[in-house]
Amino acid sequence: MNLTLRVWRQAGPDAPGRFETYQATDISEHSSFLEMLDNVNEGLIEVGEEPIEFMHDCREGICGTCGIMINGQAHGPAQSTATCQLHMRSFSDGDELVLEPWRASGFPIIKDLVVDRAAFDRIIEEGGYITVDTASAPDANLIPIPKETADFAMDAAACIGCGACVAACPNGAAQLFTAAKIAHLNVLPQGQAERYQRTEGMVDVMEEYFGSCTNMGECEAACPKGISIDFIATMNKDYRKAKSQNRRSS
Amino acid sequence: MATKVSERGGASAPAKRSPFLVELYRSALGKKYVMAITGIIFMGYVLAHMFGNLKLYQSAAEFNAYAEFLGTILYPIAPDGAVLNVLRVMLLGALILHVTAAFQLTQMNRNARPDSYRSKRDFVAADFAARTMRWTGVIVLLFIGYHLADFTFGWVNPAAEGATLYEKVIASFSNPAIAGFYLVANLALGLHLYHGVWSLFQSMGWNNRRFNHWRRYLAVAFTVVVVGGNLSFPIAVQVGLIS
Repeated sequence: MNLTLRVWRQAGPDAPGRFETYQATDISEHSSFLEMLDNVNEGLIEVGEEPIEFMHDCREGICGTCGIMINGQAHGPAQSTATCQLHMRSFSDGDELVLEPWRASGFPIIKDLVVDRAAFDRIIEEGGYITVDTASAPDANLIPIPKETADFAMDAAACIGCGACVAACPNGAAQLFTAAKIAHLNVLPQGQAERYQRTEGMVDVMEEYFGSCTNMGECEAACPKGISIDFIATMNKDYRKAKSQNRRSS
Repeated sequence: MATKVSERGGASAPAKRSPFLVELYRSALGKKYVMAITGIIFMGYVLAHMFGNLKLYQSAAEFNAYAEFLGTILYPIAPDGAVLNVLRVMLLGALILHVTAAFQLTQMNRNARPDSYRSKRDFVAADFAARTMRWTGVIVLLFIGYHLADFTFGWVNPAAEGATLYEKVIASFSNPAIAGFYLVANLALGLHLYHGVWSLFQSMGWNNRRFNHWRRYLAVAFTVVVVGGNLSFPIAVQVGLIS
């Protein structure tokens, strides 16, 4: 199949950007979106042009590194699919695809389609972990956890931190990411000790970098892991409790 | 990393802290609580307002007596008009909070994406009502101003001096332009309610997977009842059902 690509090219963080048009020819419908870009890049390298920079690592939808705004949708048109798992059969021969980087003040552009997502690390540093002794691994099933709780935690822990929620959100909010990272620890017994410090801390850092939620649900639709906005409601409830708990204990 | 978390309480906490609600309001999540709680107050108000106005269909006397009664709630326990004015002040306070929080959150969201997407966004979940909350909110706000000037203060009401409230309503809604404005404003209110009533459950953290699907039904039902009732009044006057 043959496609026309309009790709955002930007030489550096402060350089002006613009769309450039490229032809992707003889693309197999079985190839992934990133393989298609590899193909285009090989052509660019052959004629001595700068290849298109894009984010990628595992290419099997589990690392959260890739992410492109494709035709106005984060990770493209397929549901619950990261860009690397998106296949060209989702498109038709002759389509024009517009490729843009994630855009948010918390995600400054580094080059072309590559953005800096360190703001997510700042949120995690504020409590997206549990403080435990790191010696030998504890025995499995030492702490009994009901199946429903484990499932709930696992649904939240599925977040790979790709940033599609921020990219898709009309407000540039990181609620879905933060809520998932808070929820998967807050429902488990191991997460209780730091529950309220975690919730308040992570939300406060999130608000330094990102926008606020207006409950449109666009993040949920874009999420490659299909994480539910129910977690955002859970976070809101925990934040209210955290604010009052942390006051009492200080 | 661990020490950073514990710094939030204990030793480094400021000696004197602001009241809980002030501190909560400083966060965007707290502002969303304000949006939701004031929204619930308005929901109660618009429902009662619509229901009370159904008296237009009973008779002029019933409607005017009802308007009279609103000023004398709890009289003589409370002074004449006291309860009504307390309610008015509460509604005005809620309105100021709702609009201020909305304004501050909008600023925050603009700053979160100063550089917007160049290509056209293809929204999947964000519906028209959700994306136009700021516009429908502004329309409703302007409408509230006009509505008060029309009936509460009577500044722009076309009825003659000394007219009863019923006569004022008829005079106002007999003008096709005014009736049209009421229809447009109430459709905007409907869009605002459709998203707002659903949205408040998320903001308040009221979430239960067993009941979540009812939130949308409630939003639709509430919007249809309130806006349907409100729309019927100018239409009824225009078609001559009440005069």
